Amino acid sequence: MRDPRTLPAKIALYAAVLVGAAIMLFPFLWTVITSITPEGSLADGPTVFVDHPTLNAYRTLLDAMPIWRIILNSLGVAIVSTALQLVTGSMAAYGFARLRFPLKNVIFGFYLATLMVPLQVLVVPLFIEMKTLDLQDTYFALLAPTIASAFGVFLLRQAVTAVPMELDEAATIDGAGHLRIFTTIVLPLIRPALATVAVFAFMGSWNSFLWPLVVIRSPEFMTLPLGLSTLQGQFTTQWDVVMAGSVVSIVPIAIVYLVAQRHIIAGVAHTGIK
Amino acid sequence: MVSSLWVSLHKWNLISPMEWVGLRNYTNLLGDEMTRRVFLHTLIYVVGYLPIVYAGGLLLALALNQKLKGRSFLRATYFLPVVTSWVVVALVWKWLLNPTNGLVNQLLGGLGLPQPGWWTDPHWALPAVILSSAWKDLGFVMVILLAGLQSIPTDVYEAAKVDGSNSWQRFWRITLPLLSPSTFFVVVISLINGFQVFDQVYVMTGGGPAGSSQVVVGQIYDLTFRYGRAGEASALSWILFAVILIITVFQIRGQRRWVHYA
Repeated sequence: MRDPRTLPAKIALYAAVLVGAAIMLFPFLWTVITSITPEGSLADGPTVFVDHPTLNAYRTLLDAMPIWRIILNSLGVAIVSTALQLVTGSMAAYGFARLRFPLKNVIFGFYLATLMVPLQVLVVPLFIEMKTLDLQDTYFALLAPTIASAFGVFLLRQAVTAVPMELDEAATIDGAGHLRIFTTIVLPLIRPALATVAVFAFMGSWNSFLWPLVVIRSPEFMTLPLGLSTLQGQFTTQWDVVMAGSVVSIVPIAIVYLVAQRHIIAGVAHTGIK
Repeated sequence: MVSSLWVSLHKWNLISPMEWVGLRNYTNLLGDEMTRRVFLHTLIYVVGYLPIVYAGGLLLALALNQKLKGRSFLRATYFLPVVTSWVVVALVWKWLLNPTNGLVNQLLGGLGLPQPGWWTDPHWALPAVILSSAWKDLGFVMVILLAGLQSIPTDVYEAAKVDGSNSWQRFWRITLPLLSPSTFFVVVISLINGFQVFDQVYVMTGGGPAGSSQVVVGQIYDLTFRYGRAGEASALSWILFAVILIITVFQIRGQRRWVHYA
């Protein structure tokens, strides 16, 4: 933390970061402005102050797609996949860090290998799997690839390994089994890592696009990114409607972000200092 | 993974029975003009995007590492686009970069500058995607580099100051080298993600106009779901994976030369 010495330097610095912040925030503001501009006056060119603000675009949006259902889908899928990843990830992490079983390192190696394989490689076979099992257009299909994440297992294993073995040993002497050690000692101590994994899982699911695009056809099972992209196809020229849809999909994640902001930023920073 | 490899050795349109073709999908792709184009576009994307986000993220990280009022508010602001989904970012920027009545071109026109056709112009479609991607990821790079900056011990700077160095020297001799682990992380992650770019291209340009912004993953998607050539798509995804793997291995090998751990 150095202090910029001279006053002009300090003013220049403030000016620069504030202009930057405006560039970051303005597109969001502009999205809101466009969504309440009457459709006819969009062609006249941009005005920051809308003469006759209207919610017409939102009404059109409601008629065009089951938007509430889509929001709930996104939320539900994100919450369930986050919960699943935390449960499967922490259990697997405990197993890899604490238990002894044959081929442990080989299996862990496989986990790491899947980290490297991009989703794109798996899209076609996963799609075929869903198709043959007749699971297209289901919530299960949306959740399937996110049930366990190798990244989560990796991160959590590091955290479990950092928990001192002596704690386990003391608990074992007191008669605690693995389940007891796992839930009462390990889990509370790896909370920061769990928060990081939760943040990534939630953001990943909320924003995921390619996979829903592949397995979902009907609007009832769409998530927000997919719903938005089809909206674009329906209203190519009606930017007010498209921007209304964007507002609707920004608001929930923005609320989650504002509430959990510290954890999110810390979580991201945490993964960088490996 | 195994079944993907299996599919890549067949000619298959997802419906009729698979037909064994051996390695022909691979040889066809490698000889195909389109494959070369989509890899070239992906490479242009990565090469254009990386310096912008790194330089921008570094400047921001340096600025927001100073004692400023409202620092955490500013950091949160810069990070907001990171949590927004690619689809939203692509749509919002598609609107901002609308050639006829988009805000950016109105501003450029007002300043008497040329107004590019952005995503409707084959020459500007990729730059439009790169710009919006850089805008989204700037905050991510900033946070990684901030974490790196904060792990640099302050006494190193004190010692250098005592030795009579100026701030410019301290930046080049201390900050940048000691930031190299974070830089390495940013470069590796950006390259991996950059080669897999899809969402923003699909939404913003659909690979057009005239295929001028089609990228590898877009081609994989189109081959499978538009042209029913799942075998070739699988083969292409394996080629992409191989490319990413080779680049990543090279980077990890090369890191000893320039990455210094404090």
